[in-house]
Amino acid sequence: MSTHTHDSVAYWKECLALIRNVLIVWFLCSYGAGILFAPALNSVSVGGYPLGFWFAQQGSMYIFIALIFIYAKLIGNIDKKYDVHED
Amino acid sequence: MGLQALTYLVVGLTFALYIGIAIWARAGSTSEFYAAGGSVHPVLNGMATGADWMSAASFISMAGLIGLFGYGGTVFLMGWTGGYVLLAMLLAPYLRKFGKFTVPSFFSARYYSKGAGTVGVVCLLIASLTYIIGQMTGVGVAFSRFLGVSNATGIFIGMGIVFMYAVFGGMKGITYTQVAQYCVLILAYTVPAIFISLNLTGNPIPQLGLGSDMAGTDVALLSKLDQVVTDLGFAQYTTNFRGSMLNTFVYTLSLMIGTAGLPHVIMRFFTVPTVKDARSSAGWALVFIAILYTTAPAVAAMATMNLHATVNPGIVQDANFDVMAPGSQIVYDERPAWMKRWEVTGLLKFTDKNGDGRIQHYNDKSKDPKFAAAGWAGNELSVNKDIMVLANPEIALLPNWVIALVAAGGLAAALSTAAGLLLAISSAISHDLIKEKLMPDISEKGELMAGKISMACSICVAGYLGLNPPDFAAGTVAIAFGLAASSIFPALMMGIFSKTMNKEGAIAGMLAGIGVTMLYVFAHKGIFFIKGTEFLGLFGGKSSFFFGIEPNAFGAVGAVVNFAVAFAVKNMTTPVPENIAQMVEDVRIPKGSKAVDGAH
Repeated sequence: MSTHTHDSVAYWKECLALIRNVLIVWFLCSYGAGILFAPALNSVSVGGYPLGFWFAQQGSMYIFIALIFIYAKLIGNIDKKYDVHED
Repeated sequence: MGLQALTYLVVGLTFALYIGIAIWARAGSTSEFYAAGGSVHPVLNGMATGADWMSAASFISMAGLIGLFGYGGTVFLMGWTGGYVLLAMLLAPYLRKFGKFTVPSFFSARYYSKGAGTVGVVCLLIASLTYIIGQMTGVGVAFSRFLGVSNATGIFIGMGIVFMYAVFGGMKGITYTQVAQYCVLILAYTVPAIFISLNLTGNPIPQLGLGSDMAGTDVALLSKLDQVVTDLGFAQYTTNFRGSMLNTFVYTLSLMIGTAGLPHVIMRFFTVPTVKDARSSAGWALVFIAILYTTAPAVAAMATMNLHATVNPGIVQDANFDVMAPGSQIVYDERPAWMKRWEVTGLLKFTDKNGDGRIQHYNDKSKDPKFAAAGWAGNELSVNKDIMVLANPEIALLPNWVIALVAAGGLAAALSTAAGLLLAISSAISHDLIKEKLMPDISEKGELMAGKISMACSICVAGYLGLNPPDFAAGTVAIAFGLAASSIFPALMMGIFSKTMNKEGAIAGMLAGIGVTMLYVFAHKGIFFIKGTEFLGLFGGKSSFFFGIEPNAFGAVGAVVNFAVAFAVKNMTTPVPENIAQMVEDVRIPKGSKAVDGAH
């Protein structure tokens, strides 16, 4: 519907901003803490885990799950705000 | 009851369960065959996706490879889970809104040409077939141990069973069957892990046990393991990069975007009722997958520890143990029963290189002179890494019912994914290729028949190549992911996020992406993985010649090429038609989503 043109631009912009923010966290936790900074983080221990190793083989996966549900919730709110959610 | 009888009983019972469910939910028309009528609850869909996802590569092979590479095995863990975040945010909801139920039909419509769909089908077939080769490798391992036959015989028997299994029901049968399979395989994976974690650390939760101290000491399990493997000449477990940091990075990326580009996974998200459900379904799938994936590093570390402790008794308990002292290795003739059982399959071999009758299992590429000084003449125990998970409960001397359960889980994992993939292949050939392109008038019956014939052919090809696999099961599967990453993922992304991407750009991108990836992989592994046809010589003969990136990881580079070529070609060719841009606009909002059009 053409009356939605302005709204749909704003809606899409907000969606993209959300996706970008989630991707930043996603990247920092997996590629950042799990790979790029892993050697540095390994000097810290959590229990018997070197921290970089923990992020790589445990932590990143828990964070991935959290990210998907947080994203699903937030984008649901955006859908409602712009009234584009399903009936 | 003996181990063998018990294994037959447990495997038999689980199979009776799957077949019972398949008969109960037997599919009727073609639309039900493929997409289960679009009405599966997100949690159930998540479990089924989990079973579909966690194949022989995840269940049988992955922990063994993590055990081998230590920290380097991270690529599989992050790579095969992180992609779900991409899937949930970037693809699943939009593809669900689009309302087509295969990836190629999305390409045909979005890129307004049958050519784009055909290229999509070809890429999909190449990736899926490679994937099945990996599965057949795993099926071979599982069946050879289960039946006590050679690996090759195991593969032949597995081929027959996979075929009957996949032809029997459609997705609907498979969806409910896969929920049952998920339950079996997750029990089979976690129960032995709990036992072993409890034995080694006193903590029953493997995820915590891996970070705990060895039972009765104040030495952390991981630092003990670091010490054990370095004593034997291997690289330090917790810090050993796979190749280089760059390679680890690219490998992980390749698996992640491959996850988001693999058709049999994406297909799952066409079967949920709404766009909203498509988003959360990916989350549920990941919850069920992560139960196995966070257990796997514990299984890997603990199985590696137990294996070294079997060969070098005392290396774990005794703080002052000298691995080099004469007589510290076990005598071959006194080896435990599980080694004998695996020797039958040919996947575990002992060669007494220095003739002392004892087993020296160490890294013979190590530069450390202490090994030669002690008269060690090379590694004498070759353990195929694909057997580690199945052998794990035997190595740890767990009760027979646990070993039987793991065999059932391994078979469930291998069969469920092979069936899901075969379905993706048969729908690609019968629906996307034959019905939409070659013979539009084909009857529904003819379409189903074509689907079954293509399943049979793919099993034969995969079985043949599975006899001489390009890599361990998980490695072969990683190549399949690379192929999907380099072709399908970028085309999907650009189809949704770029309103201006046109058909010429998309087609050129896919061809360039998968082309360059296949070139790199085949140079290392042989043309279509046929041994002896490697052509690394053309590139100077050095393996991993492109910045040290191994072929299994090259998909991410292929994806970059795909994007670059696509945008370059797009700028040189006719712009996308107005109605297509409008269509993309429409896909971006959830409102007005319809049930998947079952009548094609």
